[in-house]
Amino acid sequence: MDFDFYLSTMWSVLKALPLTLEIWFFGIAFGLVIATGLTWLRASGYKLGEYFTRAYVFVFRGSPLLVQLYLIYFGLSQFDFVRHSPILWPILRDPMYCTIVAMALNTAAYESEIFRGALRAVPVGQIEAAKAFGMSAFTRFRLVTLPIALRLALPAYSTEIILMTKATALASVVTIMEMMGTAQKIQHDTFRPIEVLTCAGVIYLLLNLSIARLFAWVEYRLSPHLRPPPEQSQLVKPIPEVL
Amino acid sequence: MEFLNDLKDQVSTAYELLAAGWGVQLLWGIGWTLAVTVVSMLIGAILGSLVAAAKLSHRGGLKFIGESYTTVFRGEPELLIIYLFYYGGTQVLTGVARSTGSIGSTDILNMPSFLGGVLAVGIISGAYQAEVFRGSFLAIHRGELEAARAYGMSAWLRFRLVIMPQVLRLAVPGLGNVWQLTIKDSALISVTGVAELMLTANKAARSTHHSLLFYTLAGILYLVMTSVSTPIFEKAERYTSRSFTRPK
Repeated sequence: MDFDFYLSTMWSVLKALPLTLEIWFFGIAFGLVIATGLTWLRASGYKLGEYFTRAYVFVFRGSPLLVQLYLIYFGLSQFDFVRHSPILWPILRDPMYCTIVAMALNTAAYESEIFRGALRAVPVGQIEAAKAFGMSAFTRFRLVTLPIALRLALPAYSTEIILMTKATALASVVTIMEMMGTAQKIQHDTFRPIEVLTCAGVIYLLLNLSIARLFAWVEYRLSPHLRPPPEQSQLVKPIPEVL
Repeated sequence: MEFLNDLKDQVSTAYELLAAGWGVQLLWGIGWTLAVTVVSMLIGAILGSLVAAAKLSHRGGLKFIGESYTTVFRGEPELLIIYLFYYGGTQVLTGVARSTGSIGSTDILNMPSFLGGVLAVGIISGAYQAEVFRGSFLAIHRGELEAARAYGMSAWLRFRLVIMPQVLRLAVPGLGNVWQLTIKDSALISVTGVAELMLTANKAARSTHHSLLFYTLAGILYLVMTSVSTPIFEKAERYTSRSFTRPK
């Protein structure tokens, strides 16, 4: 065991963590904005909006993220109007922005489905009660539908966030030196892929485990009403095991 | 208007390029993608059922191994695992071959790219399949297992006659999801040089400079593959649960 090598690799990969987090954060943030728009379109009741979101979700969930990334990075620059556009070209010629755009578009498709499911799962009785109280549509949404839906969406959303962490590694195929790209470079320089990739793997795993832990904590905090009162929980007998 | 003219040019060149041999190449690419997916799913099914059994076991050690397997292989970027198996495999093979003297001390014995890719994708698929199998097992009615014990069935007989048929039935929808995931993961093994759809599209895009065309085609072909498999799995689900629905 060559601990110095492990340590120096770990340190070099860790130095690329901020870049990974940057891609991750902006991908998720823009994805959330697009997903909100899509969910709104889908829930608005306009047929055209529904068709559009259905098609969007079908396309972005049905094809690999790598294809989408290549299409955006290599494909879109074929259009003359993209290359001559003062707004689009600075974004689409930069692999970093392209990765963020691809991730945002991709995650928006999954997230809009999560949000749609969560909105549908809000108990009708709660909405009816809010109506009976004479709440306006906006107040109803703000005080009843949204908080309940967000709480319901949380478990699936946390899974999606973890998928996004994994997806940041794809940035390395379009030359970004984030954690995966850095690991690959060290691996090519030293020809010790197992050691290098293990180091990177440990960091990715710790990152994902902490994200999962964070979401579990938020979920726990947001659902006191679902927990049994402390004294009762000790009375619940464990389910007898069969196998 | 510029946009439309561009598009028109793309469409007219598309036909020429596809007829010039890239069409056949892409079809081969689909074949390889399906081969990778099917083999990976099979590897994943074997690993997944073992891991599910380990996770359901009451032995602390086995349970820990099962839990770690699903945590690690669902928590790591797919690309990292593919690199680990491909380059790591090369490292191990080279090391072994050099020490036995079958290759020179400066030669490199490469991991076969198909094998490396399929192992990596299969192991990832196995982690997701393990969760599906575990969920299906937990969905079996407890009473049936108790009844089987009451009849004095041995563990093997219980597994063969009560558990396995039901797990397979309940797992069909979940396996459909894993299949879709595996198709999409198979695109990543293009980095190791397996000539599947993604790599073919890549080669075509690089050598013809029509990246938009070929990546769009690749995207459409993946969409076709994922959407064609949906009704197949739905049919399988209807078939396997036919004795649990009322006849119309």
